[in-house]
Amino acid sequence: MAAPIIAFDKVVAGYTPSLTILNETTLDARAGEITLLIGPNGAGKSTVLKTLFGLLTPRSGEVRFESQRINGMDPRDLLGRGIAFVPQGRNLFGSLSVRHNLELGGITLPRGELTARIDEVLARFPRIRERIDNQASTLSGGEQKQLEVGRALLLRPRVILIDEPSIGLSPKLVQDVMALLRALADGGTTVLMVEQNVRTALKYSNRALVLEMGRLALDRPAGELLDEPDLNRLFLGGHARPAAG
Amino acid sequence: MTVRSTWPWLVGMLVVACTSFFLKRSDIYLLSLCSVYLMATYGLNLTVGYAGQMSLGQAAFLGIGAYIGAILMTKAGWPFWCVLPVAAIVCFVVGLVIGFPALRVQHHYLAFATLGFNVLVFLALRNEEWLTGGTFGIANIPRPTLFGYPLDTEFRFFWLTFASLGVLMTLLWLLLRSPWGRAFAALRDNPIRAESLGVNITAYTLFAFAIGAAAAGIGGVYYASLVQFVEPGPFHFSTSLMMLLAVIVGGAGRFFGPLLGTVVIILLPELLRASTVPALQFMQKWYLVAFGVAVVLLMVWLPGGLLSLGDRWRRGRVGQ
Repeated sequence: MAAPIIAFDKVVAGYTPSLTILNETTLDARAGEITLLIGPNGAGKSTVLKTLFGLLTPRSGEVRFESQRINGMDPRDLLGRGIAFVPQGRNLFGSLSVRHNLELGGITLPRGELTARIDEVLARFPRIRERIDNQASTLSGGEQKQLEVGRALLLRPRVILIDEPSIGLSPKLVQDVMALLRALADGGTTVLMVEQNVRTALKYSNRALVLEMGRLALDRPAGELLDEPDLNRLFLGGHARPAAG
Repeated sequence: MTVRSTWPWLVGMLVVACTSFFLKRSDIYLLSLCSVYLMATYGLNLTVGYAGQMSLGQAAFLGIGAYIGAILMTKAGWPFWCVLPVAAIVCFVVGLVIGFPALRVQHHYLAFATLGFNVLVFLALRNEEWLTGGTFGIANIPRPTLFGYPLDTEFRFFWLTFASLGVLMTLLWLLLRSPWGRAFAALRDNPIRAESLGVNITAYTLFAFAIGAAAAGIGGVYYASLVQFVEPGPFHFSTSLMMLLAVIVGGAGRFFGPLLGTVVIILLPELLRASTVPALQFMQKWYLVAFGVAVVLLMVWLPGGLLSLGDRWRRGRVGQ
């Protein structure tokens, strides 16, 4: 079993002082795996990613990356440490070209290095290379998601946090995006993913964490959960068996 | 915007500038005034159009620049060329400070915060008579010389102002084509997304105000030297509204938007008012009404500004 690269230890966080979303959440994600976060709406899945990426500061508890405390650290510092975040929805800057979107992804890199990194990413995404000078808003949904992931890869992250990558994509494109994330994980990148399209996502994931009311309710290998007859009930917020281990 | 697409505009500007050889003194003065306001509106376009930060305080920066110019050139005897960087730096620093509210509030809240700043500067210019001369202003501001050559006529000073505007536009164009330009666009479109990519939104928000303010400050020094007299009136917040209108009418976030907008907002009313064409002479009484109606119609039908006409036309062709 791979070692945990990310850990939440009794983390309490929320958007306002009176609104607690993560309620002493304890979970981890292992290096080189795809860890899938699932649960009903409001369970705190996206909040886990935002807290991990420094967009929310935990009120208590500890968030660790490679055993080091990163509570409330600035997103730019986290990017520098190797954590990239692809938020929910369309994340491109539609008025800019594909190339300029990629350049924004590497804004923290030295200019000379950026060009080489963009070439490296384009080698992985030939379709994006073909459309490099097009306006980003003219790309198809699948191409836009490829570009978002490619942009996140510019900094050669060790961890990618990705929130609902399948939103707005056709089933075929969802498979393509999942296959891309699988390939990244197989190459050693850790993926922590929130996804509503649970059955498809489970097929590509190593592990699934079910959140309920801001707490970890279930921690199982993805393959096992795929065979769970009550998967929909769990996903919609039904009672879950206690977390393993 | 590509290099190729800028050529028609540059040629157009040069043609307009060359008409100065055949224009009356008062018309050349108007072209100079237009160039001065363009320096400020180009700065405002960076702040509002490219970085998406609302500002109703640009006239205050123009005023700060103008008064720094007036005070240093008349009371301290500084040459024009030494005053320019001082005005730019002071306005840059003040712009940085004024950018701080933008880190907490946006849209109309930010508009009112910057408007409040404009009112404060206006009151200071009017009431601090020991420094600014109050409502009597400061007179006898000299025109500059260039390598000993006096730029004291309207014609010579126009070409200085026009060339300086060209330099400022080139610098802003280079800035907007650099990663800074992309960061400003990202800040405008979605600050959270920008932050998730590592864009330092605090720094870029502050710089958007500071660079825009510095451009207006430079414009202010040219204004003082052009008019050769400054008083608080031209730096009232209504001038800030006029500048914002110029940016929006031309097309906010489009490089040549302020150029078109400033021409429409400053030159068009003057041309209508002074028209000697018989069919347009009724405009001498009605020019402000016609102008107001035109702006209302434009904002209703073309909220993206005059330069969005091209996009609308292209979309129409694709739709067909």
